[in-house]
Amino acid sequence: MSAAKAVSTWKSWLTTTDHKRIGLLYFWTAFAFFLIGGLEALLIRAQLARPGNTVVSAETFNQLFTMHGTTMVFLALMPLSAAFFNYIVPLQIGARDVAFPRLNAFSYWVFLLGGLFLNASWLLPNHPAPDAGWFGYANLTSREFSPGPNIDFWLLGLQILGVASLAAGFNFIVTILNLRAPGMKMMRLPVFSWMTLVTSFLIITAFPVITVALVLLMFDRFFGTHFYLPSAGGDPVLWQHLFWIFGHPEVYILILPAMGIISEVLPTFARKPLFGYTVVVYSGVLIGFMGWGVWSHHMFSVGLGPIADSVFSATTMLIAVPTGVKIFNWLATLWGGQIRATSALHFAVGFIALFTIGGLSGVMHASPPADLQQTDTYFVVAHIHYVLFGGTVFGLFAGMYYWWPKMTGRLLGEALGKLHFWLMFVGMNLAFFPMHFIGLLGMPRRIYTYGPELGVAKLNLVSTVGAFLIAVSILVFLVNLWRTRTRGKVAGNDPWGGATLEWTIPSPPPPHNFDVIPTVASRLPRWSMTQLKAIPEDAELEKPHAPVGSWWPLVAALGLPVLALAPLTHTLWVAFLGAAILITGIYRWAFEPFEV
Amino acid sequence: MPPSRRRRWLTLLPLVLAGCGGPFPQSALHPESDYARALDGLFRGIFWWAVLVFVVVESLLLFILLRYRQRAGAATPKPTHGHTVLEIAWTIAPALILVFIAVPTMRTIFTTQAPPAPNALRIAVIGHQWWWEYRYPDLGIVTANELHVPVGRPVVLEITTADVIHSFWAPALGGKRDLIPGHVNRITFTAESIGTISGQCAEFCGASHANMRLRVMVDADSTFRAWVAAQQAPARAVARGSPAQAGQDALRRYGCIACHAITGVSAGVIGPNLTHVGSRTTIAAGVLPNTDVDLARWITDPPGVKPGAKMPKLPVQPQDLTAIVAYLRSLK
Repeated sequence: MSAAKAVSTWKSWLTTTDHKRIGLLYFWTAFAFFLIGGLEALLIRAQLARPGNTVVSAETFNQLFTMHGTTMVFLALMPLSAAFFNYIVPLQIGARDVAFPRLNAFSYWVFLLGGLFLNASWLLPNHPAPDAGWFGYANLTSREFSPGPNIDFWLLGLQILGVASLAAGFNFIVTILNLRAPGMKMMRLPVFSWMTLVTSFLIITAFPVITVALVLLMFDRFFGTHFYLPSAGGDPVLWQHLFWIFGHPEVYILILPAMGIISEVLPTFARKPLFGYTVVVYSGVLIGFMGWGVWSHHMFSVGLGPIADSVFSATTMLIAVPTGVKIFNWLATLWGGQIRATSALHFAVGFIALFTIGGLSGVMHASPPADLQQTDTYFVVAHIHYVLFGGTVFGLFAGMYYWWPKMTGRLLGEALGKLHFWLMFVGMNLAFFPMHFIGLLGMPRRIYTYGPELGVAKLNLVSTVGAFLIAVSILVFLVNLWRTRTRGKVAGNDPWGGATLEWTIPSPPPPHNFDVIPTVASRLPRWSMTQLKAIPEDAELEKPHAPVGSWWPLVAALGLPVLALAPLTHTLWVAFLGAAILITGIYRWAFEPFEV
Repeated sequence: MPPSRRRRWLTLLPLVLAGCGGPFPQSALHPESDYARALDGLFRGIFWWAVLVFVVVESLLLFILLRYRQRAGAATPKPTHGHTVLEIAWTIAPALILVFIAVPTMRTIFTTQAPPAPNALRIAVIGHQWWWEYRYPDLGIVTANELHVPVGRPVVLEITTADVIHSFWAPALGGKRDLIPGHVNRITFTAESIGTISGQCAEFCGASHANMRLRVMVDADSTFRAWVAAQQAPARAVARGSPAQAGQDALRRYGCIACHAITGVSAGVIGPNLTHVGSRTTIAAGVLPNTDVDLARWITDPPGVKPGAKMPKLPVQPQDLTAIVAYLRSLK
């Protein structure tokens, strides 16, 4: 059967419920936000290139680092992972779509609108962008100390984005548990899909916590309650607990998908199955569970007392064990292989090399007394960027080079890919390694200026040069994307010799993915081809579902930013309007015929 | 390597990178108190474990990449799926290393957070956006931004805040501790050498977080006693008709004294106590040196020096400005 080419019109993209198109929408939107977050980082680095610099004002600087963190976490890295969840997971498990295609579209639109809502704050007069840090510590976020709309944009924007994440989380759990092809037992699930499952469980359990924390903040700001305000018996430390109970699992929400990606990339290019599949999967699950018991290590300077410090120190150190186990299993996967040095493999290996450094500085923070000299300094900035840039971003780029041919039908250029890798690898180490020393030499984070007497001017300049080198590497990647559109090598079904089901179908796949749902008999179906039955010529093929477009997820999603405008503008009728749009969208969606 | 040499080597690393020899007045690698030394020793121990793991993992990775590069015509590698003994080994090895880190960690947690010695000098630290207030309750001293402590005597800082969360950090004296509304936290240390230690607020606290700096003067016992005596004295009286007298009048006229206390003149509590402001080496929370020119600059346009500063920009007349500066500088 020939792959029916999907019609591409504006309307077809606005109403799409096809997981592949939604995956591409996620990718391009998240990548655009990644560029915005990157520009914010460049401005930050330009300001800090020398002592007493005046590239931006103090107020703007505070907005830049707040929005850089918020954007990268919620609008770039999470949705870039979601792009791969969407595009790849149904293909890997042998499904024709996700479990709830329209809910999937709803997630995307809510994410886009939430991101636009947050960033709209840059465009208003006096650009009241959020300015209390991505962690928004109470009581700085109270009406008394932050009277403007800045914090309102932040908390309402995050609430909108939380809806998108929760809906997607439930969707992928149901998809992975229920839509696996016949024979794909849980322990035959590709590791990327496994990590998607663990991440989705973390999302549905962690996001309610930040939602509650933000609701309390909203009450404090709009209705005069005192949940975080000591003046009437509230406690700002409550915010820190709630935020980090969400915030630490969030770190694993950001890193586990990247770990899943490199667990696919390394075996493919070493031509060996993943070493210790079971151990890698279980340590991923274990990290997911243990991630709930370590939050107070973000709060060692709060003064929780020696008992709490000791307990959270011990749990934090424990979590290093399954993480280390993963690294050794990846090394063992490469050991004895025939390693093909593709761009994807470069990034996957870069992940191991850099994430290891982030893990080791993490162990240093796990010791509260040592952490008291490191927390809130550039040492921690170095740490999180080795984890989230060296780890997550390198993992995501490994995924882009690996799956781009599947998603577009053409391979990204290998020469440009390697140039991209080396520029980024060198740039990243120049930008972030000196920060370890900058921090130990006494420079706190989140300061818009510093004096020459600190003695960290040269190190900061090196860091800034590194940041701009990263920017150059991103330009190389964009050139690569652009050239690939027309000049990229045609991928065919399987340009890499991959082992998993997505490589058994055309690139890009037809709207219904699989002509016949495969029956799976092993963990690496394509490397044991005999187990994949060829389709007999005269077989009666079942008619695949044609994906049905719908406007209603988009309409329902539009209701949320309108609702959020109500408290921002103090207008009641806007709230009713938003609720009406939301309810109409959901109502019409519920009664829409499921198939044409 | 003997500890002293290892120590020097670690200290040298950033110097080599920076291509300059410092000094690094805010370095956490140069402890000057018992508390800071405890943290520093612990950190150095963990650092070498981290170096060990780093070298093992990264050299293994490099070796594998070089040794197992694809070769033309090579057969498909043997599919190994796992190895139970190896898995157990590399679970136990990191766990063992962590025990070596955890035990001294726990010990240090409890020793550094032990109750202060009974003879410890008590100092209340109160954070404000964006300056530090210090009160010596047993000595009856109130001052700002520059903390004086005697060398060799235990000191306990009892820290809290008047507005948002801040964090007191003077790296050479020890780890940071947050100032949290409604809480009183403690930092206990005994300074070990005489000198000036620099530090600053380490928890983001709003527009001028970067400008909330501090100094700790570790004084010899006699110097400290002299300083205490000077601070306990009332504000210097002004001679009738002197420029200082004009300055004091101007402070009243412009309403400065509504916020600032000067013993015998005013009792404001919003801004720093100015009774002995002339004795400090810096102003505006360590942002400017305490000179005539800089003081005048500060008074003329506080938010210009320190974004978001609560001290308003007032239309101070030139002759008033000169008088105010003369008066404040005389308040030794």
